[in-house]
Amino acid sequence: MSLIIGVGNEYRRDDGAGFAAARRLRAENPDVPVVLQSGDGVSLMEAWRDADSVIVVDAVHSAGKPGSVHRFDAAARPIPAKFFPSSTHAFGLAEAVEMARALGRLPERLIVYGIEGKTFEAGTGLSPEVEEGVSQVVEQVLREIC
Amino acid sequence: MKTRTVKVDTLARVEGEGALLVKIKDNAVVDVKLKIYEPPRFFEAFLRGREAAEAPDITARICGICPIAYQMSSVHAIENAFGVEIEAPIRVLRRLIYCGEWVESHALHVYMLHAPDFLGYPDAIQMAKDHGDIVKRGLGLKKTGNEIVTFLGGREIHPINVRLGGFYKVPAKGDLISLTESLKLAREAALETVRWTATLPFPEFEQDYEFVALSHPDEYPFNEGRLISNKGLDIAVSDYDGHFAEEHVPYSNALHSVLKERGPYFTGPLARYNLNFEKLSPLAKEAARDAGISSVCNNPFKGIVIRSIEILYACDEALRLIETYEEPEKPAATIEPRSSVGHACTEAPRGILYHRYKLDDQGIILDAKIVPPTSQNQKIIENDLRQFVPSSIDLPQEELTQKCEQIVRNYDPCISCATHFLKVEIEKE
Repeated sequence: MSLIIGVGNEYRRDDGAGFAAARRLRAENPDVPVVLQSGDGVSLMEAWRDADSVIVVDAVHSAGKPGSVHRFDAAARPIPAKFFPSSTHAFGLAEAVEMARALGRLPERLIVYGIEGKTFEAGTGLSPEVEEGVSQVVEQVLREIC
Repeated sequence: MKTRTVKVDTLARVEGEGALLVKIKDNAVVDVKLKIYEPPRFFEAFLRGREAAEAPDITARICGICPIAYQMSSVHAIENAFGVEIEAPIRVLRRLIYCGEWVESHALHVYMLHAPDFLGYPDAIQMAKDHGDIVKRGLGLKKTGNEIVTFLGGREIHPINVRLGGFYKVPAKGDLISLTESLKLAREAALETVRWTATLPFPEFEQDYEFVALSHPDEYPFNEGRLISNKGLDIAVSDYDGHFAEEHVPYSNALHSVLKERGPYFTGPLARYNLNFEKLSPLAKEAARDAGISSVCNNPFKGIVIRSIEILYACDEALRLIETYEEPEKPAATIEPRSSVGHACTEAPRGILYHRYKLDDQGIILDAKIVPPTSQNQKIIENDLRQFVPSSIDLPQEELTQKCEQIVRNYDPCISCATHFLKVEIEKE
């Protein structure tokens, strides 16, 4: 089973990039289930538990160029911690991946896309650069799942 | 003269962003600062000019761990202002969804955030490599909590089904029964959790705290009751502002709460347990006794056992509530706005959460006040550090820093809520 997970908070501006990408993927390819999550680690582990191929899309904050896209093979190696330090969750995406690995509950295939955000202030709407990043991720994921 | 500093720039295993500084001079603690530097969030200002009906959904956004608490305090406060009486089945469903949130939040704290301190691991992932079955039990419990919140709230994070007067949609009795099997397994896992946490190593550390919690004549408190303490406080929630004050301290973005008459006080699971032990279910009381915890516990390190007892109670209570539930005639009481002020306090997983709203006759919010539990416990956390550190002053720096962090985590601080986040700094001269 394949699964796409959009992670983020659309009320913190570019932190909504994961949701935006996931929604567009749902519209473009209704055959692959899509879920939206806040980034709580336990819920993420629960969401991907029965899936064997999972794609996660989240916003990242690593001082890179806004809108740039990072792709990590999380089944092969840990996600570099510097990409997800902005989460205020005590147990977020990076921890969920490592916890799942420790417990033998990691999906066979787990790809994490990170879209570099520009602003994470309160409010809605993505920065134009991040919108472009979302489009790029959607195209890449569609190629990957077809 | 010898100075030593314990400094943690980003506290781990807490919700949000904070730091801790402990300064020691000649074996005495000279300064303790729990610094909450997450930017203030101005939710009280966001609420001004909004419709009363929007308050539960706006305030739920304050916290991803305890949104139900925000929804419950806001609906009760506004119903109090408008003189709304809710039906018994709505009350049952509100208690039930709160049980779900306690299980979710406490299971996360007990297993993922706090247990590694006692077992000597830097985090739950390292702990999981040696104690996989224990961690899996915690994940299973949290899942049951999520199921309840998702079932009644529409989704597990920032639920959307709670409204003034009740719910948008209420379940049929037959549908609620579907939660029973999972809850019975969770109750067994909770009992195991109490037994397991009771075997953890606890420092000898007891303080003469003033505990503050809600108290209800018939039940362990969630949504209503009087505010009481072990030192004589016994007031209606509407008198909150007369007895509690919020103070600004320059190094923190969260206001510090104090009792006007006596100063710092302790809210949360220990306070609830100590003031309401008799109201726990027979199973929860028995588990406490078997774990060697009496009806009063003054050791904050044992908060992990008390939280486990509360998980057990919440599972037990949820099963009882499901049995008593009968579908109400309508999902929500009618709301008629009037110009007034309303107050409510409910028991969030971390302690009392106070909301006050001033509303006009059209139901527009003119003014709002929100006091989350973490801002209330800040002074007690700092006091604990002042008292604990002198006895551990000879510990190597790394160990002393870990102990200081553990003290902060005893309180399961939710810094995102309080800012209005965590790092430890110990300075020794």
